[in-house]
Amino acid sequence: MNAKTLSRLVVYTVLGVAAFFFLAPLYVMLVTSFKDAEQIRSGNLLSLPHGLNFESWTLAWSTACTGVDCRGLKPYFMNSVMMAVPAVLISTAWGAVNGYVLSMWKFRGSDLLFGFILFGVFMPFQVVLLPMSQVLGFLGLSSSIAGLVLVHCLAGMAGTTLFFRNYYTAIPRELVNAARMDGAGFWRIFVRIVIPMSTPILMVTLIWQFTNIWNDFLFGVAFSGADSKPITVGLNNMANTTSSVKSYNVDMAAAIIAGLPTMLVYVLAGQYFVKGLTAGAVKG
Amino acid sequence: MKSFENVLPKLVIAPGFVLGFAFIYGLMIWNGVLSVTNSRMLPNYDEFVGLEQYVQLWDMDRWYVALRNLGLFSVLYVGGSMLIGMVLAIFLDQKIRFEGVIRTIYLYPMALSFIVTGTAWKWILNPSLGLEKLMHDIGWASFSFDWLVQSDTAIYCVVIAGIWQSAGFAMALFLAGLRGIDDSIIKAAQIDGASLPRIYWRIILPVLRPVVFSTILVLSHLSIKAFDLVMALTAGGPGYASDVPATFMFTMSFTRGQIGLGAASATMMLAMVAAIVVPYLYSELRSKPHER
Repeated sequence: MNAKTLSRLVVYTVLGVAAFFFLAPLYVMLVTSFKDAEQIRSGNLLSLPHGLNFESWTLAWSTACTGVDCRGLKPYFMNSVMMAVPAVLISTAWGAVNGYVLSMWKFRGSDLLFGFILFGVFMPFQVVLLPMSQVLGFLGLSSSIAGLVLVHCLAGMAGTTLFFRNYYTAIPRELVNAARMDGAGFWRIFVRIVIPMSTPILMVTLIWQFTNIWNDFLFGVAFSGADSKPITVGLNNMANTTSSVKSYNVDMAAAIIAGLPTMLVYVLAGQYFVKGLTAGAVKG
Repeated sequence: MKSFENVLPKLVIAPGFVLGFAFIYGLMIWNGVLSVTNSRMLPNYDEFVGLEQYVQLWDMDRWYVALRNLGLFSVLYVGGSMLIGMVLAIFLDQKIRFEGVIRTIYLYPMALSFIVTGTAWKWILNPSLGLEKLMHDIGWASFSFDWLVQSDTAIYCVVIAGIWQSAGFAMALFLAGLRGIDDSIIKAAQIDGASLPRIYWRIILPVLRPVVFSTILVLSHLSIKAFDLVMALTAGGPGYASDVPATFMFTMSFTRGQIGLGAASATMMLAMVAAIVVPYLYSELRSKPHER
C-alpha cells in the first residue's frame, strides 16, 4: 500500500467514525422507539428491534402521561404549532421592513441604531425573564400562547433585522435610486422591487426563526401555563416524570415526534439552514 | 410630499424600534432594578437593599459551583467543538466522495432541540442501561460508566453532548473558510516543497483567523447561555453539582422564590456576555465602511 492510499484510508476512517458518533443518538432513538419493554431489558442500545412496533408512538402521541395529565404529546404539539406559525411570520416580516429601512433608507444614526439592536442577538435572555413575566401579567397574557408569540417576536426581531439588513446592503443602490427617479415611493419600491428579490433571505430567516422558536425551551418553561406549554416543555416533563416503570421506548418516540418538524425542514431546505447558521455567525 | 418621503422610513420603523429597545434595554434595566430590591416570591420595589443581593450571590457556594462548571464547560465545549470541527473540515476538504451526505450528518444536531436529543443522550449515558450495558454485552464485563449520576463528573456528560451538538456547526464555518482560500497560494507552496501539514499550519490556519475568532465568539456566548442542554441531561443535578449560571438563575427565580437573587445572577450573565460581545460588535461596526 502506498502512502497516498494509506492517507485516503485514514481520511475516510476518521470521517466515518465521526459520522457514526453524530448518528448514534438518532439511531438509538429510532430503534428504541420500536422496541417493547421486554426487548429493552434483554437487548442493548444498538440492538435492532424485532419489528416495526408502533405502539410506543401512539402512546407518546395520545395517551402517555406527563405528571397527572395523560393526553400524550398531542396538545403540546398543537400549542407549538399555534405559537410558532404566527411568531415566525410576524418576526420575519418585522425584520424585513427594518432591514429595508436600515440598508436602503439610511438616515443619520441608523448604523448606530442597528448596532444597539444587534446586541439583542447575543444577550442572555435570562435578563428579560423576570421583568417580562411581569409585563405579560400587566398585559393579561400570562400563561397564554399569545404571550409566548409576543416574546418570540420581540426576542427574534434583532436576528431577523440582522439577516435582512445584511442581505439588502448587498443590493445595488442604483436600483432603488432609479425606481425613485421613476416616481416610485417607499412602499412601492419595497413591494415591487425588494420583496421579489428577497426569496433566498426570506427562506433563511423563516427557517432560522422556525427552528429557534420550535426548539425554544427557556421561554416555554418560564412563561407557559398548564394549557399553553410548547412541545419542548411537554417532552421534558414526560421524560422526567418519575414513575415506577420508565418507558424508554415511549420517551424516544416522543423525542422523535418533537424533533420531526425541524428535522423535516432541515432535510427539505438544508442549504438554507446552513446559510442561516453561517450568516448568523460570521456577519456582524 | 418630498419631505414626507424622507420621514416615512423613520416613521415606519420607529414603533418597532421603540418596542425592540424597550425589550432589550428597558427590561435589562428593569432586571437591574429588581436585583437591588429585596424581592423574594414576588417583585417588591419598596425596599431598596443596594448591592446586598450581589454580596449574597458571591457568598453562595452554589454560585461558585455554577461558575466553576461554566468555566469547565466553556473551555472544553468551545475547545472541543473547534478542534473536532477543524479536523473534520480539513478532512472533508480533501475531495471526498459523498461529501454532501457526510456534511448533512454532521450538521443535523444543530436543527434539533436539546430537549429532544438530551432525551436520547440521557439514555445512552444512563449507567447500567446505556453504554455500560452495551459494553457488557460485547464482553467488556468490567466496563463502568456512571458519569451522569456522579456529582464530580456529571458536567462532563454535558460537555460530551454539547460538543456533539456544535462540532458540526464549527465544521461548517471552517469549511466555508477553507473553500474561500485561493488555490494558487497552496499550489505555489506545494511547488516550493512544503508538506501538507506545514501548509495547513503556516498558510491556511493564519488565513482562517477571522473565522476562528467568530466561531469562538459564537460558541462561547452560547456556552454562557446554555440552559436546555443542562436541563435535559441533568437538570443541574445530582443536587446542584452540574448547575451553571443559567440554571442557577432559573431555579432561584422560579422555584426557590428568590427573585432578587435571580435577577442579580442574570446581571452577572449579562456582564459575561457583554464582555465577549461588545468589543466584537464595536470593532465590526467601526471597521465597516459606511457605504458599500
